[in-house]
Amino acid sequence: MTTYRELLQRTKGEISEIDAGTAQATSGATWVDVREIDEWQEGHLPGAVHVPRGYLESRIEAAAADKTQPVILYCAAGNRSAFAAKTLQDLGYENVYSLAGGFTDWKRNGLEIVMPRTLSPERRTRYSRHLLIPEIGEEGQLKLLDAKILLIGAGGLGSPAALYLAAAGIGTLGIVDADIVDETNLQRQIAHSLDTLGTPKVDSAKRAIQALNPDVNVITYRERLTSENIDRILDDGWDIIVDGADNFPTRYLVNDASVWRGIPVVHGSIYRFEGQVTVFKPHEGPCYRCLFPEPPPPELAPSCAEGGVLGVLPGIVGTLQTNEAIKLAAEIGEPLVGRLLLLDALATEFNEVKIERRADCPVCGDHPTITEYIDYVEFCAR
Amino acid sequence: MSVVRVPPVLRSESGGAREVEASGSTVRELLEDLSSRMPALGSKVYGEGEIQSFVNVYVDGEDVRTRNGLDTPVRDSSTVILLPAMAGGC
Repeated sequence: MTTYRELLQRTKGEISEIDAGTAQATSGATWVDVREIDEWQEGHLPGAVHVPRGYLESRIEAAAADKTQPVILYCAAGNRSAFAAKTLQDLGYENVYSLAGGFTDWKRNGLEIVMPRTLSPERRTRYSRHLLIPEIGEEGQLKLLDAKILLIGAGGLGSPAALYLAAAGIGTLGIVDADIVDETNLQRQIAHSLDTLGTPKVDSAKRAIQALNPDVNVITYRERLTSENIDRILDDGWDIIVDGADNFPTRYLVNDASVWRGIPVVHGSIYRFEGQVTVFKPHEGPCYRCLFPEPPPPELAPSCAEGGVLGVLPGIVGTLQTNEAIKLAAEIGEPLVGRLLLLDALATEFNEVKIERRADCPVCGDHPTITEYIDYVEFCAR
Repeated sequence: MSVVRVPPVLRSESGGAREVEASGSTVRELLEDLSSRMPALGSKVYGEGEIQSFVNVYVDGEDVRTRNGLDTPVRDSSTVILLPAMAGGC
């Protein structure tokens, strides 16, 4: 009968052990961590790939395809990696080494280690349907959890955006809105409810978000966005703006500030049965002023309060905006940059038109003439 | 005849129609034809020989301002979209 000790001794005699210094000097080596997932999550060597010993035979060829190139294996102390090295030799790897002393000695000697970013078991469960999508996965979900998205308005468009962004695990959501929830909002503004009638929309939306996903840090701004407060709000460091404003002065203000700061704006607007959606990505595509250099006269720009809106329309447009925001945050897919999506809900028809950056745009053009905030109310009343 | 899509805010000028027809081989001819058939609608989008500055006109998905403006060719099979900005997020 062979004991564990005897087997380890014999195996170590059949493989090559190297110390940290020799290992670091081995050029072109693939470093393989054969420990268990919980050990890997507590730190690993820089540049190492994780192939738990239990999966070594089946996965090593994906990690190290060329059997002539050196492979350096390590575990916690150098014993499991010795057995792993023997296995790789049996698989035909020609230059296999086991790191003497393993991760424990490496760390004790003050050499560099890397702390992997991973999802907690709770988050792994909550976001499991995202993790299953190759385009998102753990890396994409971590990007979403790191993202900071500012919602302009917690009304028709802002409500579905707030809820779906929260559900998606966007780490920080900012909400700017000065209004109070009233009965006429409940036909479409699904972040609010009978329980929050009469309360500020930002607080009502925060309550709905936190009931859905306590992972989300919500920052509320109970104020109307103006030239006076926009810099203070944007100084909080937003990656993406979802524009669901209900008036032209705010649209132009958000545009100008976002161009100057290089923040992409996911634009949505609605009226009765029709919606418009696009993404303004500063300097990569057109801005709002390239699309609409001037607002229409007031008689051609009725608000929903004046002209009405189908309740589900902001749901459709707001979720399309959310889709764009998630793609931008996860850095996947083709955002609606340079394309304006037009929705006619009555005909159930989508159309797309091309929009281009204008070289003569006063804000994002080649020779900008507007370089600081203007009087937006006056500009839109002309 | 080309199909011209009328935005909701201008439908009181088109008798409620979502789409109207107009003919012309260029955007200028088409808008002049539209103005003669529906003066109220025409005047909102086209006046004094120019497209109103707050209205975008797309021919087959392209903004005529990025092509040849009023001289942009229009075919019988073209779809023309008249599009003013909408503010609503309400």
